[in-house]
Amino acid sequence: MRTYDVTVIGGGPAGLAAALSARENGAKTLLIEREARLGGILKQCIHDGFGLVRFQEKLTGPEYAQRFIDQVERGGIGVSTLTFVTRLERTQTGFAVTVVNRDGVETIQTKTLVLATGCRERTAKQVSIHGTRPAGVFTAGTAQHFTNLLGQLPTKRCVILGSGDIGLIMARRLTLEGAKVLGVYETKPTPSGLTRNIHQCLRDFDIPLYLSHTVTRVLGQDRLTAVEVSQVDGDMRPIPGTQELVACDGLILSVGLIPENELAQSLGAELDPKTKGPVCDGQLMTSVDGVFSCGNALHVNDLVDYVSESGELAGRGAARYAPAPRREVAIRTSPALLCAVPQRLDLNRDNSKTPLYFRSREVLDRCALRLRVDGREVFSKRYPFLRPPEMERLDVDFTRFGLDENSQIELDIEVMDHE
Amino acid sequence: MSELVCIVCPRGCALQVEREGDTFRVTGNSCKRGEAFAISEQTAPMRTLCTTVRTAFPGVPVLPVRVSAEIPKGQIFPVMEAIRAVTVDRPVDFGGVILKDVLGLGVDVIAASGLLRPADG
Repeated sequence: MRTYDVTVIGGGPAGLAAALSARENGAKTLLIEREARLGGILKQCIHDGFGLVRFQEKLTGPEYAQRFIDQVERGGIGVSTLTFVTRLERTQTGFAVTVVNRDGVETIQTKTLVLATGCRERTAKQVSIHGTRPAGVFTAGTAQHFTNLLGQLPTKRCVILGSGDIGLIMARRLTLEGAKVLGVYETKPTPSGLTRNIHQCLRDFDIPLYLSHTVTRVLGQDRLTAVEVSQVDGDMRPIPGTQELVACDGLILSVGLIPENELAQSLGAELDPKTKGPVCDGQLMTSVDGVFSCGNALHVNDLVDYVSESGELAGRGAARYAPAPRREVAIRTSPALLCAVPQRLDLNRDNSKTPLYFRSREVLDRCALRLRVDGREVFSKRYPFLRPPEMERLDVDFTRFGLDENSQIELDIEVMDHE
Repeated sequence: MSELVCIVCPRGCALQVEREGDTFRVTGNSCKRGEAFAISEQTAPMRTLCTTVRTAFPGVPVLPVRVSAEIPKGQIFPVMEAIRAVTVDRPVDFGGVILKDVLGLGVDVIAASGLLRPADG
């Protein structure tokens, strides 16, 4: 039976960084990937803009991934591609990982696990669109796979529902390939994607963005022939009488990503309803001892640089892990925040330079993040603006605040008075 | 005065540009690159282009490519046409030139993928 110190599940940007960091920290490491090639979703993200934070360069997805893949392939890390994890079980010394691949079924022993399983796209069924079931309804990621990996244009004339980044990127991509993108329809009154993508993907190509609109019906028998779009009210309910038919052969959905945590749940890891990823401490260890989480499985990121960073943190945590009793304190968030990671700290671990990631619930100008312990402000940081699609990141030295298990830690955002 | 959003980095600063004779006054930027972007948008907007090129390899129907430096915004579709006329039929590594000095713009179209990386040696 193969045995490892750290087993990383998922060979995308988070898993690659986790495996490298685990090895650097002296662990015998295995990286498991279900596809034939490492790189995860970056393989099909051919647009540039990756790596600005980490490399101060604008790289395409494949270029960014390759920097890590080259290091992994330099040796010292076990890599199993075309390998699918079917079961995780706790053992006395760690975990038994059952996998299936071309060699059959195998069980691997590992002391710790890093779950870098990424996220999945929300589908048409999850956003309750009525009508028939014609061909031509794709998630943005599927359309991206067809266009960028298979070289097949999935639509000639399409509507995009949702203004998430992948939808915006695909609006530009399909336009470049000669398709007509009739418009991007967003249910919310503000865009979901990065502001720069609204500009460089839509404005540059005169693609209209319809806020407070949604698709209420799809029409067509074998192939999509039209969609019905409607305006929505403040509660995002379609307003009767505002329907309009838009003739098209494609509907592309960019309506959100959900962290993939089936494996984490099979081990009993507690999930955060806000991030939909595991509740983690400052080392990115989940509620299950020896199980770490990173990347989009932990929380949906908008920048790959932070995905890699969380992978490194989780890989290091997994490599250095030794069973020890926990002394935990929760980091609570006020309603002004959409979510924050980590959700708790283990006071028995090093919390002197903890990366803290958060998103605001609303678009806010001139505001400050405030960290309070037992009602007293111990740290604050000003922001000229905060936007929910743009995750913020900062390092916090939690050792300065005299924390114990009974401390009440709260994160809040306050809008500053306008002078 | 015109208002625009900087696309240089994910920060997406809201920029204001005011023409003062032959020069421009830029506000709202957080860095030098934002200022340069705002001025270039007023005079000669430049964009990068990432796309794919057809290949003759059955396992790799298309190969990701990009321009080696920014091109004028108005040249995006002409460059797409030029790339569409090409079929890659030999191994090429990251950065390998697919189209040299495309349309005389002084910029190459280069491979942005290792899918057709030549075998070692």
